[in-house]
Amino acid sequence: MTATTATAGRARDARANDERRIPWGILAFAFAAVYPFIDSALGFNRLGSWLAIMVFVILAMGLNIVVGYAGLLDLGYAAFFIIGAYGAAFLTSPGSPLVRNDLVPGFLQNFWPALAVSWLIAAAFGVLLGAPTLRLRGDYLAIVTLGFGEIVPSVFTNAESVTGGPSGINRIARPPTIPLWGGNEISFGTTDQRNWYWLILLVAVLSVFMITRLYASRLGRAWQAIREDEIAAASMGVNLVQTKLLAFALGASFSGFAGSIYSGYLTVVYPDQFEFSVSVIILAMVILGGLGNIYGVIAGGLLIQGFDRILAEALDTPIQWIGRQLDIAVIENHSVSTDRLLIFGLALVLTMLLRPGGLFPDRRRRAELVADDESEMDAANEQAYDVRAEQEPTAGARA
Amino acid sequence: MDVNWTLFTQYVIIGVATGSLIALIALGYTLVYGIIELINFAHGEVFMMGAFFATTMIGISGVTDESSGIAIIGILLLGLVGSMIFSAGLNYGIDRVAYKRLRNAPRLAPLIAAIGISFILQNIGIYWHGSNPFTPPEIIPLEYRSMNVLTEWFGLETRIRVRPFDLFVVGVTIPLLIGLVWFVYRTRIGTAMRATAQDRQAAALMGIDINRTIGVAFLLGGSLAGAAGMVALYYNNSARFQMGFQYGLFAFTAAVLGGIGNLTGAVLGGLLIGLTWSFSDGFMKQYVSGWGAQWTSSVIFAVLVLVMVFRPSGLLGEQTVDKV
Repeated sequence: MTATTATAGRARDARANDERRIPWGILAFAFAAVYPFIDSALGFNRLGSWLAIMVFVILAMGLNIVVGYAGLLDLGYAAFFIIGAYGAAFLTSPGSPLVRNDLVPGFLQNFWPALAVSWLIAAAFGVLLGAPTLRLRGDYLAIVTLGFGEIVPSVFTNAESVTGGPSGINRIARPPTIPLWGGNEISFGTTDQRNWYWLILLVAVLSVFMITRLYASRLGRAWQAIREDEIAAASMGVNLVQTKLLAFALGASFSGFAGSIYSGYLTVVYPDQFEFSVSVIILAMVILGGLGNIYGVIAGGLLIQGFDRILAEALDTPIQWIGRQLDIAVIENHSVSTDRLLIFGLALVLTMLLRPGGLFPDRRRRAELVADDESEMDAANEQAYDVRAEQEPTAGARA
Repeated sequence: MDVNWTLFTQYVIIGVATGSLIALIALGYTLVYGIIELINFAHGEVFMMGAFFATTMIGISGVTDESSGIAIIGILLLGLVGSMIFSAGLNYGIDRVAYKRLRNAPRLAPLIAAIGISFILQNIGIYWHGSNPFTPPEIIPLEYRSMNVLTEWFGLETRIRVRPFDLFVVGVTIPLLIGLVWFVYRTRIGTAMRATAQDRQAAALMGIDINRTIGVAFLLGGSLAGAAGMVALYYNNSARFQMGFQYGLFAFTAAVLGGIGNLTGAVLGGLLIGLTWSFSDGFMKQYVSGWGAQWTSSVIFAVLVLVMVFRPSGLLGEQTVDKV
């Protein structure tokens, strides 16, 4: 009975949260939707960068399911991105061995069906990686996923006869043109950057919707429960294996379809796009923004990717100008893009030291991270104990 | 299938030399993990920094391969000691700046900070020696670089080759290992380290300064990584800002394979990984078509994943149970 009240209370909290945020969400969406016109009116020509930024934001939202919601540190997240991208490539590119040998039915050789299939493939790989590793403690899991994240690109690089090796696979299918009334159409060619932008924006918004609904669902609450205290969650009837596997599978699936859309946009996929640093950059986006808070993660993604793809380049001119004025050769020839690793690293370290919840912390997650007792386990236990002690005094006693 | 025993022995020799290098790095992971249960992700970069420091130091010294033998041996030793001190200080500093404040934070917080530190150090590596691979200052006379110790010094008729570098690696590693074991098992502070590893709270109650003990673990691990960095620099005759990533992960695999927290395990794991490495790099392609060095990292990561999944306590580690 008390548990039901708590659940209802939490659901109410979540709804109240949503209601408070809606105007901002709609405003941001409206701005993003009209941005292509602003971009061309002001002559920025930055649509391509924003497109990539949005793909990475989708990735960050997916990783947030695994790391932020379920509390499983995944250091090989880019592996699912590569699997989704190659999935689309294998199914649709005339250069792929599957298509060459007539192993792919004709209806699958299109963008949309291939997208759906590679989504499923990525989710399946999420389960495949998750299943044997779930027994591992947090930091061990991190290293296993890192190993997985290293093996996948290296297999795609080395199995040259199947994957095209380092140069990858090109001629990946794009979405078919959508005919509209009066001879108008929405096409997705190389020059239709705006349509691509809107397509990816639409996918991003759908992802936000899906993920917020997931987080407020029974499954979402189970994720939080195992994140806060696995043993307590299990003894309250949460199925650990199933819940963790779903986190892995759903997280991986977002990475997978982001990968296949991105490869459709680029029409080419090659393994070097997905080295370890990509996984860490996505992790930095999640952590800087705020583990567990999807809006924070979006902000973190915009900040880090915005820096990486737009600001870094824009800063070069003023910095080099300063260098010329001061007559210091090092500054004069400096390119901010060589500081990338330093800045991502600093983002991770400073967030952990100064604001462990990220710039926009999730309320509940913050309560966990500010634990400052003897050890994390004790702190988490104590907290779980406090919560339960209020609701149900007997639940505190455990083996 | 005929096994080519000459080749086999050759790759065993290479594997033992690489393996001792990996063991030196693996010990750093194990020392720190044993005490504070943190995977010091930046440890590989501490190793890389050791190699970079040795490069700069030897470069400044002005010794070349034409200098006198004493000068060359002297600068090699000086470079070794220098990079050990440098890496030890660096590792200690990282702990003080980043990890110490996160001692009571959730487990993942210091791990994430460590990933951040490793990125920062890689970028410092780029500032220091650029982003391309470079070769160390040439101070080893040419005839020593490729000579075969077995034929030239021992007069053996054999095609198995042992280079002075192989001896150098093993010659540096073994005294360091003996020194480490002596330190951990025979000195007061070593005893304090073992006590802290067993039960931090009880150790503190016995009057052990926990932070000092943890600091010593970082100093020791760092110095071994620095020595490994200096040795790897000349053993591979090249260095790069990313070298710490691969060596670091291989060494971590070794530590896990042997049983993380266990010193003997780290050395055993290091040797096994070294052998895996050398056999995958060279020996396998005699028997498996299409095999080559490009598969080595996949093999070692597969070992890592399999050990983690089937025997997370490693070969010599104790079974640990998640405590409530």
